[in-house]
Amino acid sequence: MSRLQSRFAELKEQNRAALVTFVTGGDPNYDASLAILKGLPAAGADVIELGMPFTDPMADGPAIQLANIRALDNGQDLEKTLQMVREFREGEQVTPLVLMGYFNPIHKYGVERFIAEAVASGVDGLIIVDLPPEHNADLCDPAQVAGLDFIRLTTPTTDDKRLPKVLNGSSGFVYYVSVAGVTGAGSATLEHVEQAVTRLRRHTDLPLCIGFGIRTPEHAATIARLADGVVVGSALIDQIASAENDEAAVDGVLTLVAALAEGVRNARA
Amino acid sequence: MTSFRAGPDANGLFGSFGGQYVAETLMPLIHDLAAEYEKAKLDPEFEKELAYFQRDFVGRPSPLYFAERLTEMCGGAKIYFKREELNHTGAHKINNCIGQVLLAKRMGKKRIIAETGAGMHGVATATVAARFGMECVIFMGSTDIHRQNANVLRMKLMGATVIPVVAGTGTLKDAMNEALRDWVTNVDTTFYMIGTVAGPHPYPAMVRDFQAVIGKETRDQMLAQEGRLPDSLIACIGGGSNAIGLFHPFLDDKDVKIIGVEAAGHGIETGKHAASLNGGVPGVLHGNRTFLLQSDDGQIIDAHSISAGLDYPGIGPEHAWLHEVGRVEYTSVTDTEALEAFHICCRQEGIIPALETAHALAEVFKRAPNLPKDHLMVINLSGRGDKDMQTIVHHMEQQEKHA
Repeated sequence: MSRLQSRFAELKEQNRAALVTFVTGGDPNYDASLAILKGLPAAGADVIELGMPFTDPMADGPAIQLANIRALDNGQDLEKTLQMVREFREGEQVTPLVLMGYFNPIHKYGVERFIAEAVASGVDGLIIVDLPPEHNADLCDPAQVAGLDFIRLTTPTTDDKRLPKVLNGSSGFVYYVSVAGVTGAGSATLEHVEQAVTRLRRHTDLPLCIGFGIRTPEHAATIARLADGVVVGSALIDQIASAENDEAAVDGVLTLVAALAEGVRNARA
Repeated sequence: MTSFRAGPDANGLFGSFGGQYVAETLMPLIHDLAAEYEKAKLDPEFEKELAYFQRDFVGRPSPLYFAERLTEMCGGAKIYFKREELNHTGAHKINNCIGQVLLAKRMGKKRIIAETGAGMHGVATATVAARFGMECVIFMGSTDIHRQNANVLRMKLMGATVIPVVAGTGTLKDAMNEALRDWVTNVDTTFYMIGTVAGPHPYPAMVRDFQAVIGKETRDQMLAQEGRLPDSLIACIGGGSNAIGLFHPFLDDKDVKIIGVEAAGHGIETGKHAASLNGGVPGVLHGNRTFLLQSDDGQIIDAHSISAGLDYPGIGPEHAWLHEVGRVEYTSVTDTEALEAFHICCRQEGIIPALETAHALAEVFKRAPNLPKDHLMVINLSGRGDKDMQTIVHHMEQQEKHA
C-alpha cells in the first residue's frame, strides 16, 4: 500500500477528513522552508503538497506567485526541492508528500532522471498543473510505472463527459479545484461543493480533496464534513509573506496548520 | 513528397512541438474552441463574412510593392514589400483579430481579453471589440505600456480597459500569464484572443490560418506581376504570426527559400536577446512545447529586444518544427542592425517601418546585394513604425550624446 493509500484508509477508519497543506519549496528560503516542512506532521498536516517553484505559475494568484519569486530569488531549484524531501524523510516515514508545480522545470531536468530521483527521495505523488490527460505520455504514465501517484485536478468546467478521461489514470486522490480561477481567489459556495462531491462520487472511489479559497479553521471544518480532504495553500503562504523573520514565518505557518487541523478533526464530531 | 503544410495532427502537434499544456479548467474551453473553429472553416457563411471584413474593414488585399530604390541601393535581388502596414490599425495583427472575433460572435461570447507586447495586437483587438460591441480587456506589461504609450491611448479611445502587468519584467510573457489567469477565472463569458501563433492548440493553427491570407495574396500578386513564384521570403519573428502567414502557402514550393529573422537584442552571445530558436532549447510554456529561453533549472529567462513586439522568450510551435526539419532558415539581427535598417527604409522608400519589421529589413540588406538581379525577394512589411517614435527618439538622443 502506498503512503497515500494508507493515510486515507487510516483517516476513513477515524471518520475524519485529511488536512492537506501546500507550501512552496524554498519559501522564504531553504532552511526556513525545511523547518516548516519538518514541523508540518506534528502540527497536524495529514498530507503535504510541496510546490516546485517556477517563474511563470500561470494558474496561481498573487500570493503563490510571490512565494515562487521569493524561493527562486533565494536560489531554490528542482535539485534543492528534491534534497529538501530527502532531508524531510530522514525523520518522517508516514506522512505522504506530493510535489506540485508546472511541467517545464521537470522537462528540463529530464523526465526519467526526475522520476528516479523523486522516488529515491521519498516523494509519493505528483500534481502537475499544466499536464492534462491529453499529455499522459509526457510524465503521468512513466511516473505511475515507477510507483508515483499522479493526482489530477478536476474543476467546475470538467463536465461529466470529460470526467472519465481525467480520472482514468488518476491515483492517490482527486483534487477538486472548487472555483474556476487562480489560487487564493474567492471560494465556492457550500452548495456548489456538495453538488460537486456528489457528481465526482459517481465517477470515482478515490479520496476527494477540495481546494481553492479555504482559509480558516471554520471554513475547513465545513468542507471536512463533505469531502475526504481539505487543501489549504495561499492562507499558509500569507503567513510567510507577512512574517518579519524566518522564525516568525515558521511559527506563523505551523500555528495556522494546528488551528486548521483542529477544525478538520472536530468537524464530524 | 510529404507536405510541410499538413500539421498539426489531431493532438495539435507539429512533430514534437505544440500540444495543449494548460490547466484542466481551460481544457474544455480549448476543446470547444477547436470544435467551433473546425465547423466555421467549413461554413460558407463564415468564409463570406470573413472575406467581407477583410476587404471593407481591414482594406485587403494589401499591395505587393516593388521597392525600387532599395533594390537599386542593394544592387542585387529585386525586393518586394508585402504591405501589411497599410492594413487598418497598421499591422498584420488585424487579420487574426477579425477571424477570431467572428468566432467569438458565433460562440456567443461577450467579453474579449488579449495580451499585447508592442500594443499592435491590443489595438487590433480593441478595434474589433468596438466594431462588434464587445467588452474588451487588454493585459500589457508595465514596461511595454511605458515604451508604447501611443498604442495604450488608441486602445482606450476604442473603449478597451488596459490592465498593467507588473509581474516579471512587465513584458509580453507576463501579460500572457495574466491573460491566462483572467481566462481561467471568467470561463463562461470570455473569449481569449491570442495574438500570435503560440498557446495551446487550436491557437497556433487557427491564428496561422487567419494570417495565411498574406501568403496567398503574395502568391497571386507575384504570379500576376512577375509571372512566377518568388525566390525568397523574409519575415521577422517574435511569436511568429506575420512570418507563418507569409510562409505557410509556400512551404511546399521547394524552390522558394524561406528565412525567419529573430531578435538578437544586444547579441546572442550576451544573453540579452529574444532569439528562442538560435539561443534557446525546447520546453513547455503558455500551453505549448516549443523552443524557449530558459535556465538550466527550466526557469524562463526574460527576453530582450529593442522591439516590444519581439520581446518574448518563446516562439510558435510550428516554427520550432520548421526549424527542426530544416524547411525554414532562422537567422537573427541585433538591435543596432535593426535600427540602421529602420533609418534606411525611412529615407530610401518613404515608409516608416515598425522596429519589428526593421529586423527583417536588416536581413534583406545582408542578403540582397549578393543575389542576382532576377532573384525575386519578398519581405513582409508587417507593421508601421508610428508606435516606435518614442524609442527611436530616445535612441537618436543617446547616439548624439556618444558622438
